Amino acid sequence: MVVPSSKLQDLIEEIRGAKTQAQEREVIQKECAHIRASFRDGDPLHRHRQLAKLLYVHMLGYPAHFGQMECLKLIASPRFTDKRVGYLGAMLLLDERQDAHLLITNSIKNDLSQGIQAVQGLALCTLSTVGSAEMCRDLATEVEKLLLQPGPYVRKKAVLTAVHIIRKVPELSNIFLPPCAQLLHERHHGVLLGTITLITELCERSPAALKHFRKVVPQLVQILWTLVTTGYSTEHSISGVSDPFLQVQILRLLRILGRNHEESSETMNDLLAQVATNTDTSRNAGNAVLFETVLTIMDIRSVAGLRVLAVNILGRFLLNSDKNIRYVALTSLLRVVQSDHSAVQRHRPTVVECLREPDASLSRRALELSLALVNSSNVRAMTQELQSFLESCPPDLRADCASGILLAAERFAPTKRWHIDTILRVLTMAGTHVRDDAVANLTQLIGGAQELHAYSVRRLYSALAEDISQQPLVQVAAWCIGEYGDLLLEGSCEETEPLQVEEEEVLALLEKVLQSHMSLPATRGYALTALMKLSTRLRGDNNRIRQVVSVYGSCLDVELQQRAVEYNALFQKYDYMRAAILEKMPLVERGGTQDEEAKESKEAQHSEAAVIPTEPQTSKLLDLLDLLDGTSGAAQPPPPLEPSSEGTSVHLLDLPCVSPAPASIPNLKVFEREGLQLTLSFVRPPGTPALLLIMVTAINTSEADVTHFVCQAAVPKSFQLQLQAPSGDTVPAQGGLPMTQLLRILNPKKAPLRLKLRLTYNHFGQSVQEIFEVNNLPVETWQ
Amino acid sequence: MIKFFLMVNKQGQTRLSKYYEHVEINKRTLLETEVIKSCLSRSNEQCSFIEFKDFKLIYRQYAALFIVVGVNDTENEMAIYEFIHNFVEVLDEYFSRVVNNV
Repeated sequence: MVVPSSKLQDLIEEIRGAKTQAQEREVIQKECAHIRASFRDGDPLHRHRQLAKLLYVHMLGYPAHFGQMECLKLIASPRFTDKRVGYLGAMLLLDERQDAHLLITNSIKNDLSQGIQAVQGLALCTLSTVGSAEMCRDLATEVEKLLLQPGPYVRKKAVLTAVHIIRKVPELSNIFLPPCAQLLHERHHGVLLGTITLITELCERSPAALKHFRKVVPQLVQILWTLVTTGYSTEHSISGVSDPFLQVQILRLLRILGRNHEESSETMNDLLAQVATNTDTSRNAGNAVLFETVLTIMDIRSVAGLRVLAVNILGRFLLNSDKNIRYVALTSLLRVVQSDHSAVQRHRPTVVECLREPDASLSRRALELSLALVNSSNVRAMTQELQSFLESCPPDLRADCASGILLAAERFAPTKRWHIDTILRVLTMAGTHVRDDAVANLTQLIGGAQELHAYSVRRLYSALAEDISQQPLVQVAAWCIGEYGDLLLEGSCEETEPLQVEEEEVLALLEKVLQSHMSLPATRGYALTALMKLSTRLRGDNNRIRQVVSVYGSCLDVELQQRAVEYNALFQKYDYMRAAILEKMPLVERGGTQDEEAKESKEAQHSEAAVIPTEPQTSKLLDLLDLLDGTSGAAQPPPPLEPSSEGTSVHLLDLPCVSPAPASIPNLKVFEREGLQLTLSFVRPPGTPALLLIMVTAINTSEADVTHFVCQAAVPKSFQLQLQAPSGDTVPAQGGLPMTQLLRILNPKKAPLRLKLRLTYNHFGQSVQEIFEVNNLPVETWQ
Repeated sequence: MIKFFLMVNKQGQTRLSKYYEHVEINKRTLLETEVIKSCLSRSNEQCSFIEFKDFKLIYRQYAALFIVVGVNDTENEMAIYEFIHNFVEVLDEYFSRVVNNV
């Protein structure tokens, strides 16, 4: 039963008639069933019609893989109508991943050598679309023969096929090198365009080809010259520009050939200047050519005047009202700003204008470019602009803008006060979007600017009083209030208006921060510590503070609870130490590019904080230092209960393990008593000359365990020492797992290292305490 | 290099898709929906070039039809923009009445 097959147009009408997606699907499914039946029956007359319908259905997005074998049959048929649809089907339905595609290789080969242009064209088209590597290898010679055929129709297609072959199988490029030179003499634009693309592909893939084709630069220049200077040609003109696509392609090839090559660049200079000045820029086509010219000028070794011309063209683009052109100009200026900074600076006002664009891609580009243009002379004006942008910009750009402003402020800040002001403003506006180390930077900055302490603490207090939702701001403000609370309460400061602040107000504010559900755990930690510090700074009694601290002793958050308990202990048992511990922090040393190390050292301090309160021997540690340098080391030991001011709350279990790089300093055995041995190994990491890592290893070869082992160390005043947590406090007997502890010593002055160690442990039922200085420290540890 | 060429109508249905690099079938639909979403959400005020993952999209609207071309970094966006228009003009010449409400 043969159902009369409908024509393609009928099918299209039917599909168009379907009102909904579901209806359309129904129609198509019915038709596909028909088509499948017809393929099975093998009707040769109408096969092409069925396949055509199938291709239409495929175009709409429905599966059509069952038509693949039909394509093969159609391609092999001698009729042109069949071949046409067959090849079209092959291009759409077959691809490299099906095995069937190899079967058409033979058909293509036959068709290529047939001599009928239309058929050859079809075959070439198909080869260039779906040709896999094997097919290309088989048919490359055929294609090459066709490159030199008389008719431009076939030659054009042959050139494009050659491009595809080279993309698939780069090794075959040698075959196509010789014909190129001859093909450049073409008059036909299609073939010419294809040839240029072919040469571009060849040059991109092999440097040898690149050298070979440098010889044709004069010829290319000539072609482009004729294109630009000859008048209107109806065949190729697009809005007044002669074949802009060919021009763009030639310019791109010139760019590749002229890159890093003086001679070629020289030949091109005149031409580029001519193109740049002569092209009509009222329509998009001209602008496209101009844009390509600018890119080329930027890339080759052009003369300075030409580069300035290019930047000016880009500046002109920026003033254009067309968004596309502005976008393109901003992107290219961004590429150029590194090399031609001063030229781009001239267009700074226009760039800043573009910040106000409603279009997101434009404003993003403008933001990047503005940030690149900030330098010491325009930093104030630029940050002003950028801050107003920050207020109104879309949320995804906020983070970039904020970090950009902070970075620019850091590099070019004229005064510290301006710097602090800028960071404050950024934090108030976009606090949640800044990077994590902004808090650290700000605290470090404020700490370093002695004269601005009063000013900063006032500003921060007022900012905090207004709004406690921006976490970084709250953290910095809490830290500041804690540190410089006495300055806050003093009353007058000449740089801001007099602000009368009561003690109660300050405490109330900090409590509010503690209780607010908007505060992160880290922020709460800051607030709690600030409250503690205020207990020594404020003149009133500390009942309120004690109350808060004891309440938080049963807080659910482990970090807060620990702090509260420790602070409680400070109030009760160790009240005599409170003043010393809660003194003002010394200036945090910044590790330069090694902020990671600074963070780790803060974490190490935190661990030290946990170790020390369990043993009320801080005074003894101070004594150790006395022994070494004879001055009261009150300020030296970093106040152990200070939280890591780098902002991240650290759990003791998360301490990073710094694995030292392999070093060549010999180990040193420093202590031996009744089977317990202590060895020191030294590492000087190559990146940080002032840093020394000492690994203390304790091994026990006796029969009894060593328990409650604690090792403390002290160094002279100019050094900085951090002890990381030991691996344990028991050294098992009989040579069991040794206990290790890492010491980090910073020796910026490269002074001779002196190290005193103090051990306390229980061994054989006795408690032992040993204090000794390490002698014979190798010279490499400190030089 | 042009990565793909799409014609999409305002309802989000793909009318023509041609990929010049192999993309899995299911990834294609995903890609198309994302591309369409970003193009449809643009207003007239914004420029025609969008940065999308690791390529650039250049789109042009003709009544209810969007033509979107995805290119990699080396292409001249404005030349592609011109090319899209050229394509439409060729279709117009060749098929006379180009029906836009497909």
